[in-house]
Amino acid sequence: WPRSGGIRGGAAMDLFGDLRRMNKRQLYYQVLNFAMIVSSALMIWKGLIVITGSESPIVVVLSGSMEPAFHRGDLLFLTNFHDDPIRAGEIVVFKVEGRDIPIVHRVIKVHEKGNGNIKFLTKGDNNEVDDRGLYKEGQNWLEKKDVVGRARGFLPYVGMVTIIMNDYPKFKYALLAVMGAYVLLKRES
Amino acid sequence: LRKNVEDFTGPRERSDLGFVIFDITADILNGKNGLQTFWNKNTLIIFDWNVKQLFLYLSAEYSTKNNALNQVVLWDKIMLRGDNPRLSLKDMKSKYFFFDDGNGLKGNRNITLTLSWNVVPNAGILPLVTGSGHVSVPFPDTYETTKSY
Repeated sequence: WPRSGGIRGGAAMDLFGDLRRMNKRQLYYQVLNFAMIVSSALMIWKGLIVITGSESPIVVVLSGSMEPAFHRGDLLFLTNFHDDPIRAGEIVVFKVEGRDIPIVHRVIKVHEKGNGNIKFLTKGDNNEVDDRGLYKEGQNWLEKKDVVGRARGFLPYVGMVTIIMNDYPKFKYALLAVMGAYVLLKRES
Repeated sequence: LRKNVEDFTGPRERSDLGFVIFDITADILNGKNGLQTFWNKNTLIIFDWNVKQLFLYLSAEYSTKNNALNQVVLWDKIMLRGDNPRLSLKDMKSKYFFFDDGNGLKGNRNITLTLSWNVVPNAGILPLVTGSGHVSVPFPDTYETTKSY
């Protein structure tokens, strides 16, 4: 962009100077750029949902019930292929009917009928008892429809950011503000 | 990998409950280099730089009139990197109740016990591996009423 004359002191003064001098067209351009980044990110996420077959292909571990394998803040990568059978020993992420929170535990019992109907029981590695206490009132088994996905890969610590943003909303707003400022003021040379 | 079992069954409410006593002898070797893959069933498991722990479990697999396939985990153990990789457990009782979904244990001739493990890496893929060597166990035709387990 063409600079008008004058010497400004300090980078902060530069920033406000730029903001004032940016005309409408440049602002629209920056906003469109930002919108494109957001759309691409959304497309990638949707693409992952399609490829893995899971409604939530990446989840953050929220509790210590699978320690020492997984700790709070670890990231899990899931697949949920329809033809994948559920077998004892697998780590599944499931949702109890009526609750939003996904739970990551291990399958310890499987009973499958000839027609493909499966019912199974789960337990956290770090828990003394199985998950019957977590299921719905009167529910003794989980079924395929309760499964969000099977854990296939994992990265430690990376999910902590999500947990911090959840527990400290001010941090989330601060992060968004910084990101917004950066995107709007970023110059393309 | 060798297992020996003696067993008897008892009914609880309306489902069969099986009791199994087993020995486990397993050799899970330490690798000399970290480059071998560990998701091939025939390769020995290796505690390389990327293996944080193994989650071992003994599962019983069998078929009944009610259900074409049943799997019940009888026992599990977490083996951290650095733990003794040789298991030599004798006369172990199952950690978890071996309930069937129904009455399919009585007279069931073919219950297969297998040792498997879940490799938990420091970061990366989570494979499930089945150990070579499994044991087939028959359950008797009658219920036991003595509580000598």
